[in-house]
Amino acid sequence: MESLANLSSKNLERRNLKDRLFKGLVIFLSMLTISPIVLIIYKLIEKGIRQISFDFILKTPPDTFQAMTALSNGELIPGGIANGITGTLLMVTLASVIAIPVGVITGIYLYENPDKFMANITRNISDILQGVPSIVLGLIAYIWVVKPITSGFSALAGSVSLAIMMLPMIVRSTEETLKMIPQSIKEAALALGVPYYKVLLRVLIPTGFSGLLTGILLGISRILGETAPLMLTALGSSVINLDITKPTSAVPLLIWEFYNDPNMVDLIWSSSLLLMAMVLGLNLLSKRIAARTK
Amino acid sequence: MNENTVKIKDPVLSIRNLSVSYEKGKYAVNDVSADIKRNAVTAIMGPSGCGKSTMLRAINRMHELYENIETKGTLIMNGKDITHMPTIQLRRMAGMVFQRPNPFPTMSIYDNVVAGYKLNGIRMKRSERDDIVERSLRDVTLWDEVKDNLHRKGTFLSGGQQQRLCIARALAFDPEVILLDEPTSALDPVATAKIEDLLVKLKENYSILMVTHNMAQAARISDYSMFMYLGELVEYDKTKDMFTNPRDRRTEEYLTGKFG
Ligand SMILES: Nc1ncnc2c1ncn2[C@@H]1O[C@H](COP(=O)(O)OP(=O)(O)O)[C@@H](O)[C@H]1O
Ligand SMILES: [Mg+2]
Repeated sequence: MESLANLSSKNLERRNLKDRLFKGLVIFLSMLTISPIVLIIYKLIEKGIRQISFDFILKTPPDTFQAMTALSNGELIPGGIANGITGTLLMVTLASVIAIPVGVITGIYLYENPDKFMANITRNISDILQGVPSIVLGLIAYIWVVKPITSGFSALAGSVSLAIMMLPMIVRSTEETLKMIPQSIKEAALALGVPYYKVLLRVLIPTGFSGLLTGILLGISRILGETAPLMLTALGSSVINLDITKPTSAVPLLIWEFYNDPNMVDLIWSSSLLLMAMVLGLNLLSKRIAARTK
Repeated sequence: MNENTVKIKDPVLSIRNLSVSYEKGKYAVNDVSADIKRNAVTAIMGPSGCGKSTMLRAINRMHELYENIETKGTLIMNGKDITHMPTIQLRRMAGMVFQRPNPFPTMSIYDNVVAGYKLNGIRMKRSERDDIVERSLRDVTLWDEVKDNLHRKGTFLSGGQQQRLCIARALAFDPEVILLDEPTSALDPVATAKIEDLLVKLKENYSILMVTHNMAQAARISDYSMFMYLGELVEYDKTKDMFTNPRDRRTEEYLTGKFG
């Protein structure tokens, strides 16, 4: 009996040790996961916050000479990224206007006809689309829009490439959201004699609204920082442009431009900080919406 | 109609040769004919999977949405053939209550009660709507509990209250028949007792057809009972007679707990 008790206590010790080792490992790995984001935010704030001001949001970038002068006088670089902010807002809005209706309607179609041949094809293609490198989407938009439609680089072309990028995310989240609504809610409405399209529009979509919105916001935050496709489509512009047929700047495009000019390096950090704040803001918002309706 | 089917005078609803199949050649409901008594509670009993829900849903034509489901037979309400009546009209005359309470989660208590009107785009005066809400909620003895919170979400209510709200939603159309599919199986005993009392009260003004897997419940509140087995209507009689003196051996075995 005694030896048995001994054995089990030894066993227990070993198990305790294993437990603690495992816990330690889990904590270590979690730290490893969150450390990049913490370091990124820390670095962006440390290097970028100085440049953030009203001017930064309201003015366009300085030329190289102005920046060089400011640097040699030890002053902050004048000007801002207003052309990038307006360009990003313009193109993201336009991309959303294109992608949201198409994506939501496609998602509804997939939900309605889960097993139809066409639906399966659509679902698979949408999944493949999600994996297409963004630079390729830029190329496509170049061929579809830049050359034939706007005969030159344009915000429209940029928006089209971003819209294609957003589309599969919206399709998927719409379908998944609708699938999560209990069948009984749908039947309750049908049992009241409500025609099917009204059940969809007035019961199912409102019920799944927060899910749809979450998917859309995540889609937007995904395209907010896209650079590669915009290089081939919107190109960039040193002035504020609201004409969708003209070349247009965007925050990530400006970051790339600043990177190529040694005098503008400081602006990289503040622009990135702003972009990061927008993406994080959208992410947090979508988390809030999702949590509130759970 | 077979010999084990009771005769009903001036039925509110007549089911004639109703068959429903989910797969070709396999009948979930097989050639059922029965007349439903007006201003009474009629229970549909039978072991799980015998076709109770399928039959109830066929009356409301809920199957029409699914291409694979085939329904045959005739339905007559108050002497009028309703087999091909537009569903909106039909469903106003035959309200449905489901197993799990399913108020619309985005709607207030008030809007849930008049959901049938709102969702169908039926316009009416505010005062008219208020009246319907109050009458329906009083009918289900929920009015006093919720009258100060009419604009809160229906999903904040307890399970039993939600189910009464769903009954109110069906009553708002002032239907001829109320179809209920195991309406208390998701509720606790207290909430169940309330719904049972309610149904007994409601039969003064409505005709009630209710699926239940609970024999005691059928015995407590129903006037007539059907026993279904493998899609067939085996026996249909006054509840008292069926429970004391079943005519079919299968009914007797079910009632004495030999299967089910
Ligand atoms: N949607 C469906 N598709 C295929 N078969 C079904 C479907 N619903 C029910 N059934 C089958 O039909 C029969 C009757 O089911 P149901 O009416 O739900 O029985 P009950 O309500 O008496 O438990 C069962 O054999 C069941 O498996
Ligand atoms: Mg059932």
